[in-house]
Amino acid sequence: MQVRKFLPAVALAAVLLPTMGLAQEAEAVPTFDEIGPYIMTTLLFCMAGFLVFFMAAGFAMLEGGLVRSKNVTMQMTKNIALYSIAAIMYWLMGFNLMYPGEFNGYIGSFFVPTVLDPVGVAAADAALDYASVGSDFFFQLVFVAATASIVSGALAERIKLWPFLIFVVLLTGVLYPISGSWQWGGGWLSAMGFSDFAGSTVVHSVGGWAALAGAIILGPRLGKYKDGRVNPMPGSNLALATLGTFILWLGWFGFNGGSQLAMGTVGDVSDVSRIFANTNMAAAAGAVTAMILTQVLYGKVDLTMVLNGALAGLVSITAEPLAPTLFGSLWIGAVGGIIVVFSVPFLDKLKIDDVVGAVPVHLFAGIWGTIAVVFYNDGANLMTQLTGIVAYGVFTFVASAIIWYILKVTVGIRVSEEDEINGLDMSELGMEAYPEFSKG
Amino acid sequence: MKLIIAAIKPFKLEEVREALTSIGVRGMMVTEIKGFGSQSGHTEIYRGAEYAVNFVPKVKLEIVVADAMADQVVETIQSTAKTDKIGDGKIFVLDVSAAVRVRTGETNDDAL
Repeated sequence: MQVRKFLPAVALAAVLLPTMGLAQEAEAVPTFDEIGPYIMTTLLFCMAGFLVFFMAAGFAMLEGGLVRSKNVTMQMTKNIALYSIAAIMYWLMGFNLMYPGEFNGYIGSFFVPTVLDPVGVAAADAALDYASVGSDFFFQLVFVAATASIVSGALAERIKLWPFLIFVVLLTGVLYPISGSWQWGGGWLSAMGFSDFAGSTVVHSVGGWAALAGAIILGPRLGKYKDGRVNPMPGSNLALATLGTFILWLGWFGFNGGSQLAMGTVGDVSDVSRIFANTNMAAAAGAVTAMILTQVLYGKVDLTMVLNGALAGLVSITAEPLAPTLFGSLWIGAVGGIIVVFSVPFLDKLKIDDVVGAVPVHLFAGIWGTIAVVFYNDGANLMTQLTGIVAYGVFTFVASAIIWYILKVTVGIRVSEEDEINGLDMSELGMEAYPEFSKG
Repeated sequence: MKLIIAAIKPFKLEEVREALTSIGVRGMMVTEIKGFGSQSGHTEIYRGAEYAVNFVPKVKLEIVVADAMADQVVETIQSTAKTDKIGDGKIFVLDVSAAVRVRTGETNDDAL
């Protein structure tokens, strides 16, 4: 088995052991079989966590490119603020609320801050069947940051900074951890057999529902819908938006691959690579599908739709990136691309202004991905998948709507008409992203 | 002296500049502009929503030449910038009352 793979390490240990002195003779030195999986899985969480962390940069660039130049500083500020707030809230209450251990299946304990393994933890005291607390905590917290990023894009160009950040505090500290515990914390949906490998529903749809509630209560940007027409507000920098999409695509390998949650056996490490290949295929299929569809429907390829298509492909495969074949990943991702191309104009018809397409990409494709699990995972069934989708939808949408509404009637969530027209960069922050360029 | 203002299609700029320098024009001012004339606008699609592009990108040339040269300049611009398609642009000719070269203080035709 994997012993052979680790032969050099074992051999090295054999050479070193005699030099370690007689004190070692008293206690048994753990073999690599015992501690190898812990080390490898911890390594997986660290590497995958770095990749998912970088998705924060991807979201920032995507959003920065798709907003007008007068709102870019604000969008960057929101992105670095929401990531940092998520990191603190997840330590303060989120992590242990989401992973409470034994609990009633619906809601864990509030205000249990995360405590790391002690410095230089001994093998006997470590969770050898899993990974270090630090790597697990870090890996999970970068996911909640992704959820918050989804919201920031949809509400761009008209929301006030601080009310948005108050919402982020509640989303990352309370809403996401509670609903997350239902599935990944071993709660009632997990007991029912709901299947969501890396979070099409738990992460992406949750962000999408929160964004949708916010977009409805906040209202569209001024002039977006006038006299029954949609007035496009083209983004400031499609090169940045493309870079952001590529960064998200890269980060997704960590998002889905790390969600294997184990790398200590031949099977596990092969599964991680299988997930990488499937994830990549779904993104590619989503992008190509959106490209062909926009060419056929509109006579020209729309790059912003191609970018959204790649992301929708990624969200679609996130609920089950392991079981499908490469062809399975291709068609699941392709459907994600189709969903985006049709649901972006659909939201415009409803006069719901989603600046970056966050709701089509993360919510609609997330729902699709969660349903698509049943095609390749024999353990999943459609009714349970739908139960999970509805449960997350009702809880997140209603709770988010209540929070947005309370913020709206108390502190207000929208900038004044004049501030919105002048741009949030100058009105909210007094700082332009491109001070030497003309106003966008 | 005459001021010749021409709004032309952007892709014709280089050709027009070459044609004008070859007939002896020694300076011009160039601005990227947007506007509309008989071409009016057209529609584009962004993220599935059709929208009207009311102002079409053009390049504006401003050239001041001696009276004797004005007709030749106008003709050159007209024949070079022409594509026979709608939206080729317009040329206007105005009188200029004075010109001064900043470096030397030379005036009028000497300043051009």
